[in-house]
Amino acid sequence: MDIRELVPKKLKEQFNEIDFEVSEYLDELTIKLPKEHIVKVCEFLKKDSDLEFLLCQDLTAIDWAKRKNRFTVVYHIYSFKNNFRLRLKADVDESDPAADKADCSIDSVTSVWKGANWQERETYDMYGIIFNNHPDLRRMYMPEDFEYYPLRKDFPLMGIPGSIPLPKK
Amino acid sequence: MGLESLLKGDGFITTTVDAIAAWARKSSVWPMPMGISCCAIEMMAAGDPKYDIARFGSEVMRFTPRQCDLMIVAGTVTYKMAPVVRKIYDQMPDPKWVIAMGACTASGGIYRTYSVVQGIDQFLPVDLYVAGCPPRPDNLLNALIQIQDKIGRTKVSDFKNSKLPDLNVIQNN
Repeated sequence: MDIRELVPKKLKEQFNEIDFEVSEYLDELTIKLPKEHIVKVCEFLKKDSDLEFLLCQDLTAIDWAKRKNRFTVVYHIYSFKNNFRLRLKADVDESDPAADKADCSIDSVTSVWKGANWQERETYDMYGIIFNNHPDLRRMYMPEDFEYYPLRKDFPLMGIPGSIPLPKK
Repeated sequence: MGLESLLKGDGFITTTVDAIAAWARKSSVWPMPMGISCCAIEMMAAGDPKYDIARFGSEVMRFTPRQCDLMIVAGTVTYKMAPVVRKIYDQMPDPKWVIAMGACTASGGIYRTYSVVQGIDQFLPVDLYVAGCPPRPDNLLNALIQIQDKIGRTKVSDFKNSKLPDLNVIQNN
């Protein structure tokens, strides 16, 4: 069976309660799922003997600015066994305590792939998405006391004046 | 051979303290290679046999700021790197000079963005800006010659109030 059909089939067999959205574009398979299930699905994809997605190549996010679920966290994982790349997507909403909206967080997949550690830190640094159960969720590039998230669409290109102090002349 | 062949007997020359101190300073400017990005490659090329910065007495690139007179800031300075550059500058003993090499150090260059300092003169006293992205090694050598001219015009009394680096600042920073 072709791997492109095998992955969705196995996932639907294993997790029939989860609503997967499977799409294919330019021979690339994308599977979208609700964020609560991300860790167990990733663990299955890694551990299953036919799939063996051993490598988390990339982990990032998209800011849709005005959409209801503002962010999408994107995972690119790779199976050496099948020489196949898979893209996982999960929507995360913006946190807004005033409107009593769900918080801007998703469970960390560092328990599955240790290499996701710094990539999740980078995503946190740039988008402000909290990764629950992450072992060391500090900022990656920006100074630790920086208060903004630079890759959000509402962040000005030239930054907030005075937000990063310079040494005195 | 050299000067001594012109001297008859026990030679001596007359000069001023200012002139000989400035001559000594400008003839062996020891650079601090603050190579942060691609401009550093051109700075290294200025040290190779083809361009040979040794012709101007500046071949001793010191990797400790405490032995340097001239800081060549070569590369993009981010806001996160700025305190480091300043700390190294503060550790250099007076008198000291700064060359801002390349477009990034002068103005942020192509990086017109939130993370890059738009000109290192916001936190460092710059003596000379070198244009280019990156500048060619000859351009850097020209800057060195101009710095030497500038040093040659100094007087000893210009530096009489200069202090040693404030070590407490450096440790607490």
